[in-house]
Amino acid sequence: MSISRREFIKKNAATAAATAAGISLPALNLALAATEDDIRWDKAPCRFCGTGCSVLVGTQDGRIVATQGDPDAPVNRGLNCIKGYFLSKIMYGKDRLTTPLLRMTDGKYDKEGEFTPVTWDQAFDIMAEKWKAALNDKGPPSVGMFGSGQWTVWEGYAASKLYKGGFRSNNLEPNARHCMASAVAGFIRTFGADEPMGCYDDLEHADAFVLWGSNRAEMHPILWSRLTDRRLTHEKCQVAVLSTFEHRCFDLADNGMVFKPQTDLAILNYIARYIIKTGRVNEEFVRNHTKFVLGNDDIGYGLRPEDPREQNAANADKAGGSTPIDFEQYAKFVEKYDADYVSELSGVPKDKLEALAELYADPDIKVVSYWTMGFNQHTRGTWANNLVYNIHLLTGKISEPGNGPFSLTGQPSACGTAREVGTFAHRLPADLVVMNEGHRAFTEKVWKLPEGTLNGKAQYHAVLQNRMLKDGKINAYWVMCNNNMQAAANLNNETYPGYRNPDNFIVVSDPYPTVTAQAADLILPTAMWTEKEGAYGNAERRTQFWRQQVDAPGEARSDLWQLVQFSRRFKVEEVWPEELLAKKPEYRGKTLYDVLFANGQVDKFPLEEISDDRGNVYNNQESKDFGYYLQKGLYEEYRTFGLEGPKKGHELGEFDDYHKSRGMRWPVIDGKETLWRYRAGYDPLVKEGVEFYGKPDGKALIFALPYEPAAESPDEEFDMWLSTGRVLEHWHSGSMTQRVPELYRAMPDAMLYMHPEDAKKRGLRRGMVAKIESRRGEVTAQIETRGRNRVPEGLVYMPWFDARRLINKLTLDATCPISKETDFKKCAVKVTRA
Amino acid sequence: MSRFRANSSPAEHTRTRWQRNRFLILRRVSQFGILGLFLLGPWAGTWIIKGNLNSSLTLGVLPLSDPFILLQSWLAGLQFGSQALIGALIIALFYFLVGGRAFCAWVCPVNPVTDLAYWLRRKFRLRGNTRIHRNTRYWLLAAVFALATITGLAAWELINPVSVLHRGILFGMGAGWLLILAVFIFDLAVSRRGWCGHLCPMGACYSLLGTHSPLRVRADHRDSCDKCMDCFDVCPEPQVIRPALFGEKDGIGPVVDEANCTNCGRCIDVCSKQVFSFGTRYKTNPFQPNNFEQKEART
Amino acid sequence: MKRRRFISDTARTGGTVALAALGLGAYASKAAPLPLLALRPPGARQEKEFLGACIRCGLCVRDCPYGTLKLATMDDEVMLGTPWFTARDVPCEMCEDIPCVAACPTGALDPALTDIDDARMGLAALVNQETCLNFQGLRCEVCYRECPVIDKAITLEMRHNERSGKHTYFIPTVHSDHCTGCGKCERVCVLPEAAIKVLPMALAKGTSADHYRWGWEEKEEAGGSLVSPDPEHRYNLPEGMDYDYEGQGLIRGGQPQQDPFPENPLDSLNQASKDGQ
Repeated sequence: MSISRREFIKKNAATAAATAAGISLPALNLALAATEDDIRWDKAPCRFCGTGCSVLVGTQDGRIVATQGDPDAPVNRGLNCIKGYFLSKIMYGKDRLTTPLLRMTDGKYDKEGEFTPVTWDQAFDIMAEKWKAALNDKGPPSVGMFGSGQWTVWEGYAASKLYKGGFRSNNLEPNARHCMASAVAGFIRTFGADEPMGCYDDLEHADAFVLWGSNRAEMHPILWSRLTDRRLTHEKCQVAVLSTFEHRCFDLADNGMVFKPQTDLAILNYIARYIIKTGRVNEEFVRNHTKFVLGNDDIGYGLRPEDPREQNAANADKAGGSTPIDFEQYAKFVEKYDADYVSELSGVPKDKLEALAELYADPDIKVVSYWTMGFNQHTRGTWANNLVYNIHLLTGKISEPGNGPFSLTGQPSACGTAREVGTFAHRLPADLVVMNEGHRAFTEKVWKLPEGTLNGKAQYHAVLQNRMLKDGKINAYWVMCNNNMQAAANLNNETYPGYRNPDNFIVVSDPYPTVTAQAADLILPTAMWTEKEGAYGNAERRTQFWRQQVDAPGEARSDLWQLVQFSRRFKVEEVWPEELLAKKPEYRGKTLYDVLFANGQVDKFPLEEISDDRGNVYNNQESKDFGYYLQKGLYEEYRTFGLEGPKKGHELGEFDDYHKSRGMRWPVIDGKETLWRYRAGYDPLVKEGVEFYGKPDGKALIFALPYEPAAESPDEEFDMWLSTGRVLEHWHSGSMTQRVPELYRAMPDAMLYMHPEDAKKRGLRRGMVAKIESRRGEVTAQIETRGRNRVPEGLVYMPWFDARRLINKLTLDATCPISKETDFKKCAVKVTRA
Repeated sequence: MSRFRANSSPAEHTRTRWQRNRFLILRRVSQFGILGLFLLGPWAGTWIIKGNLNSSLTLGVLPLSDPFILLQSWLAGLQFGSQALIGALIIALFYFLVGGRAFCAWVCPVNPVTDLAYWLRRKFRLRGNTRIHRNTRYWLLAAVFALATITGLAAWELINPVSVLHRGILFGMGAGWLLILAVFIFDLAVSRRGWCGHLCPMGACYSLLGTHSPLRVRADHRDSCDKCMDCFDVCPEPQVIRPALFGEKDGIGPVVDEANCTNCGRCIDVCSKQVFSFGTRYKTNPFQPNNFEQKEART
Repeated sequence: MKRRRFISDTARTGGTVALAALGLGAYASKAAPLPLLALRPPGARQEKEFLGACIRCGLCVRDCPYGTLKLATMDDEVMLGTPWFTARDVPCEMCEDIPCVAACPTGALDPALTDIDDARMGLAALVNQETCLNFQGLRCEVCYRECPVIDKAITLEMRHNERSGKHTYFIPTVHSDHCTGCGKCERVCVLPEAAIKVLPMALAKGTSADHYRWGWEEKEEAGGSLVSPDPEHRYNLPEGMDYDYEGQGLIRGGQPQQDPFPENPLDSLNQASKDGQ
């Protein structure tokens, strides 16, 4: 309370002066205004779905205090969905992990021990020990990694380098395998190049939208807002929605269709037949730009080989094969898919089917097909993708504004990281694949690796990785940036036994103690979102960058830091055979870090002060720790693949430009983005007309593929279909959004959506707790017969965000045999009173 | 503290502690047992009785309702719900038989509170006493019913300590403790046996209900009385004892025939001469046939 | 002497009791109105009637499977001992079998309520459009999606978002003929203070006057015009023009088109600006 006399006079003087000038001094307001001014704003993409909305991130005193939708971002123009609205809260859950945790007993690692805090050094020591032991005993395939479409571009790239270039193991997979592998396989099979030809601007140019297995109203909320706007403002616009149950998109649908699970394949063939029968094939387009092939059928369900369903399948081992046919043969092939047959099979009335087919057939209607998990998580997911391309190719409605097939992605960088960087077991950056010798050679050249370093065999895909963990074929396994224990199908019989197999050492990097982390042996605390510098690529090929805004809490470090730091633990001699070393004797005695990262390319850019054009300075933890601008170095090396690689069409722009712009859609050539690919004028790589340059002859393939039943259909005992999915309020497994109190309150528990009649038949009522049981496991959940999803009789739907009700105990690990993506939408269950 | 305490009475030594406190213990068992039955649901998840004293459902079938509360609701305009009506009739019949104010002594949760106040009052010899006429409760009862009729609300239920306490224990007390504390302080410092014995309109209602109840305390052995006054000392409504105990000369029978006797049985406990016992209001006492002739002779 | 004493004693007691009763009566009347955010269980009769009928037994509370209902204590502004709930804390989950109503021994919760959709515990009102995220164009709609009577009690009215130019406003709109007042929307509103609240029906709902009717609704209800239908009109028009009375109005170039919109939106935009000149 002692104000010196001098201060007192000063204060009074100021007040007197202010009074004289007619100003009052509202001390509180001034303080608040100063606080507001202290917020530093910078841009970043939202870290949830594949839409790629952009936000401005407000930082104050080293903490994200606010966000706002970026009004200048072309995707969302300042808007967000309710998850994006809470971005600023996702990093501040009270149980953030801040130190590495190792299962220990009496100070020593013990698979059955308690999680105990350890230092990063201790963590990397035990990891290196386990990795080296595995590599020594069983060779490269015994180490594996499960990454993410939520990795930043350079994290995926660093992981790919470390595993494929360093450990020489192709057992690297992203969770994107669960998400859009079928879209990838479909694109590659039909067009020879991944990712959609169009972009979001199709939304403002199409006359009709067809949603195939996409609950976009909830899963891509901002894109749905754009689609709805087109429907409202363009009188001609029509919306057709297909799903196995009624969801929120049916609200807007002019033609809403609920079909019996798996029969979408027949509906797709019906449309092709309809186009042919009504004489509306775009003959010129078909002649010049397509070829017809008959795909192998009876390809099995990607189950374990001893399963009778695999043994009975004629082409389980050559699922991707095909033989050329001509148009007439194709027309004959689809002949059986007439309205009577398909309507009967699918349960969709004939007039609805015809109205749908007419959208595609009518040459005056510009139509975009959208799909997400309904197509992709499908034991015939690749087929479903191929079949929808058929329709667009037959009519030539492709690669132009308002016309085209468009696969939406679930994750923020499923495209940018998982697909483009190539973090799949069979892929290398920029659409290259490990099976191709030329691709390997080019990669080895860019990576400065001895010839023959890269393994030419695609090894274990995601589902196989879990099986191999259980079978003891993979012994050292790193799960990063995903929650596979909650995601992967058949948890009880595959994933969990695999993780807890005493032969295995499982590392999980995560910001929060997820169920996957709980099943691990070592947990590494991870920096998330704007706690690191990053880049994401959204569904429309838009690459977006952001700077590190805040430091991660405690000892948490980014996935990138962890990957690069770990590479320091390996001498080249410990992981490479002598014949490789002999080819590059200068690498002797060096670590993988020296070879992969401090290779004169990645460490080329000096540690610089990272600042924006407004003079704000940003920290960059990785650059500080490694002494050079790591992200830029990785990006520039990665960019070489697109600029100089054997496959064109994947060119990226300048690093610094991305930090300025709200993203650019690749191929970026001469600083210009590409909106529609494969068509001259829009795509600088095409000189004239249309050219699908992913294929050597520029021609896309139209596939003759049949309807085949699901891997597991309801029977007498397990008498209902189970479909799983998401809700708008929560992101995937809910590890972030369930920690936002408001979102938790909005949707705390996963409910089982059920038809009221089905409930009644089983003596159940809305609100009762029911037991849902499949051949693989059971969970309990409350019955919901009202609400946002209206399921038909015979089908139940349950979202998977709820860690207390792991619905993946029930789901079947059947995959599309071509894309290896799990079908999370179809298995047989029974529901009884709990 | 009792002026005529007869501790030295040889008979007192022959009676066990149990015999000297039998009904007090049984009453406490009854009071807390009933409360416990109600609490078994919310505390242990075993639902024997749901609801509270106002209205309850036992084992999912037996409805019981408080006639006093229901009467207020009826006056306030309630069209009787059949279940509540049945419940109230069962309760009314029960107390008609066992004595209306047996509710006060054996069930009411406020009774242990006021009993405690009285016990402390005696222990610390607090003598301050504001005299209130014992009939005030009937005035209050009339006012409660009038209020319900006029306001259309069961207005008494805003401050009825009986339901506030019982409901509070079962459903959450809130500031209800203050009201119970007020009753306690009132009984402790302001007026002896003030609440239950003078004011409570609920007790008044029950007393009316049990005016003609057959179950009664009787002073059949009143000729053994040595006027030690122990019974007067413990009785919550001592005025009810006098006629039966000392009325022989006026030709009054040995039955405690007062509506306000709570059938607590405390007089039976404390009397070293075993003057009192439970019986019926009738000349023939089926419980004590050996008294038959004696009684016949006296009346 | 004794008699006088008796009379004066009686008068004193009676007077005191009467005074106390008056005070209590005044307090009771004051305490009777239900606070704005307190909701009664489904089937609760009109508040006044309910207060008379409810015997505060808590059987409804005991049979509520979700812990929604509670009995008012002296801390609450709700009439002591009566059942109520706060939507923001625990809303009514709208059980099909309405166990609270079944439990009520007095009919204070009206046993005539057998379909929970007919319950009217209050009426949801989007009380603050300024803070509602959907009015800003964000995709929240949590209230809508969580509404047990979705698409009836709350619908989304879709409007073009001029500010962004290519997005939609999804405006949650409550319909009193379906809203049960369960409070789920208020509970789940993600704002620090809910923008949608369940209010007592009388407060939340305006009433329509009898002297003016919605013509389009009356017509739809009647299945056609309330008076005789309009006869066919004929017009004086120059060559090449037509007129569509019910739909498009004046039509250039003869016959009415199926669809007045050109394939390319630029055509109509450019035509409009030319016409403007």
